[in-house]
Amino acid sequence: MKARKGLLKRLWEGFSIIFASKTAMIGLVIVIFWVFVAVFAPFLTPYTPLEQDWKAPNQGPSSAHFLGTDELGRDLWSRLIHGARVVLVILPLSGDLWIPGGTALWGVFAALIVGMTLGLVSGYYGGWLDEVVMRLLDAMMAVPIILLYLIIMAALGASAVNVVIAITIVGTPGIARLVRSLTLDIRTREYIRAAETRGENPWYIMFVEILPNARGPIIVDAMLRVGYAIFAMGTLGFLGLGLPPPSPDWGSMVAKGREFILAGNPWAALWPSIAIASLVVGLNLLADGLREESMRYQ
Amino acid sequence: MNKTNDIKLATVLDVENLTIAYETRKGDVEAVRNASFKVGEGETIGLVGESGCGKSTIAFGIVNFLGPNGKIVEGNIRFQGEELVGRSEGELKRLRGDRIAMVYQDPMQALNPSVCLGDQLAEVLTFHQKISERDAWERSIQMLKRVNMPDPEDLMYRYSHQISGGQQQRVVIAMAMLNNPSLLIMDEPTTALDVTVEAAVLDLIEELKRDFKAANIFITHNLGVVARVSDQLCVMYAGQMVERGAVTDIFRNPRHPYTMGLLASVPRLGESKAESVLHPIRGRVPPPAQRPMNKCIFAPRCDYATDECRKALPGFVEVSTGHVSRCIYAKEIDSQPRTTKKRHIEKNLEPTRSESPEGKLLSFEDLKIYYPQESQSLVSLLGLGEKKFVKAVDDVSVRLSKGRTLGVVGESGCGKSTLVKGIIGLEPVTAGDVEFLGIDINQPVSERETNLIKEMQMVFQNPDSTLNPSYSIGKQIARPIRRFKTVSRDQVKGEVIRLLKAVRLDEIYYDRLPRQLSGGEKQRVGIARALASRPDLIICDEPVSALDVSVQAAVINLLLEIQEIYGSSMIFIAHDLSVVRFFSDDIAVMYLGQIVEIGPAEAIYSPPYHPYTEALLSAVPIPDPDAEQKQIRLGGNVPSALNPPSGCRFHTRCPRRKEMLPNEGEICEKEVPPWCSTEYGHRIFCHIPLEKLKTVEAVVHSPTA
Repeated sequence: MKARKGLLKRLWEGFSIIFASKTAMIGLVIVIFWVFVAVFAPFLTPYTPLEQDWKAPNQGPSSAHFLGTDELGRDLWSRLIHGARVVLVILPLSGDLWIPGGTALWGVFAALIVGMTLGLVSGYYGGWLDEVVMRLLDAMMAVPIILLYLIIMAALGASAVNVVIAITIVGTPGIARLVRSLTLDIRTREYIRAAETRGENPWYIMFVEILPNARGPIIVDAMLRVGYAIFAMGTLGFLGLGLPPPSPDWGSMVAKGREFILAGNPWAALWPSIAIASLVVGLNLLADGLREESMRYQ
Repeated sequence: MNKTNDIKLATVLDVENLTIAYETRKGDVEAVRNASFKVGEGETIGLVGESGCGKSTIAFGIVNFLGPNGKIVEGNIRFQGEELVGRSEGELKRLRGDRIAMVYQDPMQALNPSVCLGDQLAEVLTFHQKISERDAWERSIQMLKRVNMPDPEDLMYRYSHQISGGQQQRVVIAMAMLNNPSLLIMDEPTTALDVTVEAAVLDLIEELKRDFKAANIFITHNLGVVARVSDQLCVMYAGQMVERGAVTDIFRNPRHPYTMGLLASVPRLGESKAESVLHPIRGRVPPPAQRPMNKCIFAPRCDYATDECRKALPGFVEVSTGHVSRCIYAKEIDSQPRTTKKRHIEKNLEPTRSESPEGKLLSFEDLKIYYPQESQSLVSLLGLGEKKFVKAVDDVSVRLSKGRTLGVVGESGCGKSTLVKGIIGLEPVTAGDVEFLGIDINQPVSERETNLIKEMQMVFQNPDSTLNPSYSIGKQIARPIRRFKTVSRDQVKGEVIRLLKAVRLDEIYYDRLPRQLSGGEKQRVGIARALASRPDLIICDEPVSALDVSVQAAVINLLLEIQEIYGSSMIFIAHDLSVVRFFSDDIAVMYLGQIVEIGPAEAIYSPPYHPYTEALLSAVPIPDPDAEQKQIRLGGNVPSALNPPSGCRFHTRCPRRKEMLPNEGEICEKEVPPWCSTEYGHRIFCHIPLEKLKTVEAVVHSPTA
């Protein structure tokens, strides 16, 4: 009971950091808004994202479609919030099969796993292993990100799982570098010496002794990375390499809607652009606020 | 030491009722309360106290460097008759560096690494005075000569990383003295330095005080240092000044329980565990937010406290002229600061042979630990160049028997830490035989058997990094128990609590996180963790050097108790010679990777000495202004371990060889010295014959001893 209370208190302390910072609060509100609409998407709209209304294509906001419709008469609000679902809440595997956790989240999560392992190993062992791993990652970082995405997606084909793989590959070097630098610092601490004098397994030292102490900067970095991943998904969708149509993808919505801007209907391009921008900004604000507050604690 | 009681000197700084607070999320927190003191011309006032007592805050308050959240709430600071509180930033800026100078603890941070020293020094002059660059340069050189820097002309063109720590601190002091300031504030100026260097810097500070007639404020936690340099002393506790008076008065006749506690908690040089016991002050310094306004702040930790103390904040009681104490019983309490009562277990006071063949636990013979030095040249990249090694430990042989404590002393960089890392298997051993419990342990720890690993555990130096901040205390102590399976699974928690009790910590610490503990408590948990595997040998790498003195005494007492109960052997590394003497049965003195003297503790601290040991002992600051100490100062720097001097490694700095050996000790440069043995297994690694070394007088004469 006592331990549980302690845990709750610690969680509360963690959250109180967010409340202390205005920046983080604004970020949190935006992010929570998108998570909320994504989770409850089916209940927030009478339309499905694929339902076409031939009688009302390319409309502005109206009482029937309050954000308007796209060129096929599909409800933009419905497509927007179902798009958020794919980004934040579900990862479609194939057909009707899906697993919880959005595409962007899975991508960042996988990148974290791979990047942390590489960073820990090269930071803890050092020497030639570090040299080899880091030079390979450097080589990856030298390729422009957008080009890297294009190469990966072109090679693998457009699907949600492949987007996850692309995000993983592109995100890994940065995370590995961050974790490596944290590891280099933490491994000089005396509790690591103490673990070594106990003859602990290196993997135990890396994952149990070092990793939990690097969590702060990793969490902040991961949040920023979710933002970048959403951005990347938008870019891929825009280039036609994202989720295959007709699934509601923000990037491809912008790409399609773009053609009708000059025809007098900017809505189809505007809403998904705002969606991407606001979510990315929200995540960035949250991460920045968290970083600032946790720095002030020291 | 010049006494300033007789002549009234012109007051330079007059601090009155100074209260300084820091703004925090939970409101203002007062770090210093009602501090008052005066400093006269050519006088040194020492501010002494444990960490968190507000010593540095006073110093920063005087120059108004309190940072964005600090502010002076109340009080006056009069500097040469002018009020400083409320002055604008611009005016204060002109004062600082011109008439008020400061010397900080870390010289590395006071010097700009990207500007050469000459420019930094000259800038101090050109910024505050109308002076040509050439004159400024000349005067800087003269000042460097004044602080005894060799080769000042050359030094002006060097950068801070090219000179040693002691020299850096001299440059910083030179910089502070350049404008001939009226007030010099020194915040722990020698804390980061080795004893021999510290002694030389303290000599310099004293010399400068005589010549420049500046008023000095000297902040330190080290009672020995303050006894050497100050005339007046202010003892600070939890933001309050608890005792103020002349240094000799306070040391001879302390009148506040806190001062008495501080003095009783440090071992004097030469005292050993067999004949005296340290008295720690219980509890800890209360954090600034929890300091009562209306009662004696020290009462919770005081042995003399009565209900009377908890009724009102005591004012200053004048004990004698100029000596005041903030204690209502100041005149009545027993002023005998040291109760040197014997420990309850009578120890054999006769020196015992340290190297008895039976009961041998650990021995190492000709141990070498070299680090390959990678050169940046292309030749060595191809593997063709000559391989260079840093000889961190070179040909060291020691035997340790069961139940005894080996103390290892030496200055930083002498290889004492590397030596124990080699033994415990954290550093690969280059050559030599290490035997532990009769088993050869030359391999690194990852290749050793679990049974062997558990018999050798380590206590670390830094309380802030010895525990993993992510896990609770209970989990961290339980880990070695689970790993070495010392008790069955369902008894682990009970065993952890037993260990916590053994290190005098309550059961409630089980669920706490390291950041909720004080430094001393963390160190106890570190000890409990080392004890968890029930080792035969505990290696303590400077276990008390990062702790405050009152806490230090408690941890030393704890280690001694543990040794008595469990009969464990210990290797105890420290740079504080009084502590090592107090704690150890045998002592090894190391210099540049080699042992120069080894033997029973009492034999090391009395003649015959190795010349290096003699110099070390004469440099130790003694917390007793009446003690007489020989002044032997080592010249030069510690040579590089990459290319150690030929023959005897100490010959470049040895003060004895020229007077005691024929041909000015030519032999020392050419030949490796022999081991000369005296009785009781005391051995000295020196060319000078024992008979001559025996004629040397003892380093310290203390009238109280």
